[in-house]
Amino acid sequence: MEKILPPINAISQPYWDGCQQGVLRVQRCITCGHLQLYPRIFCTQCAGEDLDWIDVSGKGTIASYTVVTRGISKAYSAPYVVSLIDLDEGPRMMSSIVDSDGTGLEVGMSVEVAFEPWSETIMMPVFKLL
Amino acid sequence: MTTLRGKVAIVGAADTEVGIVPNIGATDLCVRAALSAMRDAGINKDQIDGLITCDSMAEPIMYHAEAIAEYLQIFPRYCMSVGTGGGTTFSIMHHAASAIATGMADTILIAMADSLRSGLTREQAMLMQSSTGHPQFEQPYGPTVPAYYALIGQAHAAKYGTTAEHLASVAVACRKHAALNPTAQMREPITVEDVITSRMIADPLHLLDCSLVSDGGSAVILTSAERAKDFAQRPVYMLGVGEGHGHEHISQAQSLTTSAAVESGQRAYQMAGLTAADMDFAQLYDCFTPTVIVELEDLGFCAKGEGGPFAASGAIELGGSLPINTHGGMLSHCHPGNPGSMFALTESVFQLRGSVAPERQVKGAEVAMVHAQGGIMSSHTSLILGNEVN
Repeated sequence: MEKILPPINAISQPYWDGCQQGVLRVQRCITCGHLQLYPRIFCTQCAGEDLDWIDVSGKGTIASYTVVTRGISKAYSAPYVVSLIDLDEGPRMMSSIVDSDGTGLEVGMSVEVAFEPWSETIMMPVFKLL
Repeated sequence: MTTLRGKVAIVGAADTEVGIVPNIGATDLCVRAALSAMRDAGINKDQIDGLITCDSMAEPIMYHAEAIAEYLQIFPRYCMSVGTGGGTTFSIMHHAASAIATGMADTILIAMADSLRSGLTREQAMLMQSSTGHPQFEQPYGPTVPAYYALIGQAHAAKYGTTAEHLASVAVACRKHAALNPTAQMREPITVEDVITSRMIADPLHLLDCSLVSDGGSAVILTSAERAKDFAQRPVYMLGVGEGHGHEHISQAQSLTTSAAVESGQRAYQMAGLTAADMDFAQLYDCFTPTVIVELEDLGFCAKGEGGPFAASGAIELGGSLPINTHGGMLSHCHPGNPGSMFALTESVFQLRGSVAPERQVKGAEVAMVHAQGGIMSSHTSLILGNEVN
């Protein structure tokens, strides 16, 4: 059984290309500078449609987390940590914290992105404690 | 702008058998609920000119409401199905009331059922429900439905100090009420200790912090307040209704600890001209215990951050200042997926008619808050029901 792989589309392709290259990217509005994730065809702040991508530091803090002890399928070996990460640059994203079984984790802890090969074409951004 | 306050009433309400109901599919169960509600209202099917249903996961039908109308051999002039549950279930009450007020239909049947327990494998039920996550940016990380809600529970604990015992007190209250309800799926009383020592599913949620997986169906019949007086049952009026829609994906929520129940509640209270203090009981969406804590706060039953201590005080039990989920809720009565919140609605109708068994009846109940949310605390609808229009 395989893990759930992201169905990449034209709008998100630069994000996943970045992951392949070992950088985390978020979408930036050229007009107002707003940063957003997930990527969209317009800026949610100013409604501008000129958007590009910037590399972010990959550092962030834990906004929340849970230790999943009953996994969603056999491809996910429990326990595993699902977390919401606030990137230092602003946007929030869901990810895993891969170097923790949950012991001692707390909201507010600092984390940094890492990349795991999940298929020949997918490098998944995951996080490790700093 | 005209208000919907007091314009429509629920004149029929019924549940099917719930829990483990094998040997009957979701479509048949939906029709069984519909027929029971018509019987309760004392009408025959030809008097229904509007139909709203919710699609089933176990037996999905593309044109669900049309299929149910065809099965019943009714030919409504207003017919619509929705695909999701929770808050959506109650937002269709909003739509139905508007349809009656504007003359699109006179008497609307709302019926839904599903067989998550007998019609799907455990894995299927889990995967279908977790597909609420973003396909690219959430689902690959393997969040289960409990995991999504655990993120809310954990954030609430970190911000306000909500404890496992606080969460457990919600499950204990619901079970206590289910023990008094012969139709409930789980009736064996439990303690806080039982909850916090039950198997961890997604920290901080233990098994008994999670709602059930059930089969079941439920239906109500809505008509105008004027017409309602001619029906067999004491009408239960919609005094207020409000919606709030904050996000779909939890990673996009503006807040993990405050929900759009704030807006849906305010809108409903404003229409009704009532406040939280006026409510004799409340039915709060309890797919997982933290949702009840957040809803108690966001609907104004206690201060923000105080939901845990409020629940643990016993206030939410029958006999307390605000009994909640008097049928046992989805934690203990039943949770067949999308139709889950319907049972809170029918229970509220029975409570406001005063027709519940004496040990479960909220004494002198006149007005109630009935709230549901869908997604991951995403879309909220608050209903205020009452047995008089003053």
